[in-house]
Amino acid sequence: MKKLGIVIVIVLITGAVWGLLQSQPSEPKIDKLVLTGSSTIAPLAAEIGKRFEALHSDVRVDVQTGGSSRGISDARAKLADIGMVSRALKDDEKDLPAFTLALDGIAVILNKANPVAALDKQQIIAIYTGKIVNWKDVGGNDAPITAVNKAEGRSTLELFLHYFGLKNTDVKPQVVIGDNQQGIKTVLGNPDAIAYVSIGTAEYEAGQGAAIKLLPLDGIAASVENVRNRSFPLARPLNLVTPAAPTGLVKDFIEFAESPQVHDLIEAQYFVPAPR
Amino acid sequence: MSLPRADRRLAALLRICALPAVAIVLLILLFLARESQPVLQHVALNRFISDASWHPLQGLYRLTPMLAATLYATLGALLLAAPLGIASALFSRYYAPPLLAAGYRRMIELLAGIPSVVYGFWGLTTLAPLIGRLHPPGVSLLSGMLVLALMILPTVALTVDAALAAVPVAYLRSAAALGLSRWSLIGGVALPAARPSIAAGILLAAGRAIGETMAVLMVTGNVVQLPQSLFDPVRTLTANIALEMAYATGDHRAALFVSGLALMVMVLVLVATAELFNQERRHV
Repeated sequence: MKKLGIVIVIVLITGAVWGLLQSQPSEPKIDKLVLTGSSTIAPLAAEIGKRFEALHSDVRVDVQTGGSSRGISDARAKLADIGMVSRALKDDEKDLPAFTLALDGIAVILNKANPVAALDKQQIIAIYTGKIVNWKDVGGNDAPITAVNKAEGRSTLELFLHYFGLKNTDVKPQVVIGDNQQGIKTVLGNPDAIAYVSIGTAEYEAGQGAAIKLLPLDGIAASVENVRNRSFPLARPLNLVTPAAPTGLVKDFIEFAESPQVHDLIEAQYFVPAPR
Repeated sequence: MSLPRADRRLAALLRICALPAVAIVLLILLFLARESQPVLQHVALNRFISDASWHPLQGLYRLTPMLAATLYATLGALLLAAPLGIASALFSRYYAPPLLAAGYRRMIELLAGIPSVVYGFWGLTTLAPLIGRLHPPGVSLLSGMLVLALMILPTVALTVDAALAAVPVAYLRSAAALGLSRWSLIGGVALPAARPSIAAGILLAAGRAIGETMAVLMVTGNVVQLPQSLFDPVRTLTANIALEMAYATGDHRAALFVSGLALMVMVLVLVATAELFNQERRHV
């Protein structure tokens, strides 16, 4: 028994050492391109990355999410080659070179069963600050309003608050959600809910037959088309930022992402290619 | 008394293997404390209780509503799941015919294996709208309690079942020989004998309920507030971390680590309580 134990230990240790040695990279050098940031841009960047890899066999594109703020901070700290930022850059971020990849709008959505056809800016503000709490005050049914807000740090929340001139402390929500899908599911499950989500996601879901409607804003229909011609007011640019003026591989990737070669990918994600 | 050489060697080896398990817990605590440091340096600890609200981007860090929500949701789930779980274990152990009991146990095990996100999805699309018809918005403390109760029910049922199975047969035979009815046997002998294990099982379920994140995040509405009724939406500590961590930087991120610390302290208190139960003289 004693000998058997020693043999087992020796085998285990040899195995571990062998495993460690094996894990040392021995393949030829592969260039890696790391993108981090907005979860809105990440799926698109991953698709563009795949197509880019197909054209450059020695390149691997690694896309990680974490929000626009992470995109900025990773680019600044050079933890990523490219940061993804789904909003206009703030003044203290303008030193980073930015490239607008596409445009995305935010749509205010209601359940189709809700008779309200439009809300103006003041009404939306009043609903989200808890001054209007019943749909009958804006021409709807006699039913309490469920205002759906986004969790702190989301760029959709930031854009929404910025556009309506609100602070998050002013908002009195009944539900707080994380991503767009959760917002759509919440509105589907509650005919008295009001939420705001990415227009691309909302238009896609509505097109797939989900019982939601996108409210017009300032008389302009919430549609991908109106985001493209920049007439829809509640919209944002999807940016790529780099630590410094791009060179080499990073430059190639950004030029590729801005080229018409990826427009079909952008549209497949229900975004709008940035006109240039 | 000295051990034989082989045993001494084995003991040394086992010690080396056991070390990481303990070290990891301590490292996690240290890590949480270190990541919380940036915000704790300029925000006094009592501000996590006395601030007006939780708006970390505006420098407001009140955690108490989320602590309360976590406690309420867990307690509510336990109040629902513990009696049901104990009843289900009693049924399968003492009342069901053996074949049915075996099948029933497999079903409960299956229930335990359902991923939490599935419960959450069901809660969001089915349960919350039902509650919403009763009292909008539907996503609420109540739906959180119900989904959590459903999730921990199998944990309670299986641990209680195992505890009852471990009651010495001699106890039961003696009780039967005394002519006790089945119910007196359960209430007077089996349950008291298995009590410490049952309590430990319920605390294990409580730990699972406290730590549950995805399902709770989907059904409780996540509004940071002290609930006035069962129908108010609430946000638990775990949901808070999951909702905001991906998008948090700087002080906001550090404040989320403080939520993590608070959660860890809650779990430590729970484990300490479980330990107290375990120190009682055990029959099983």
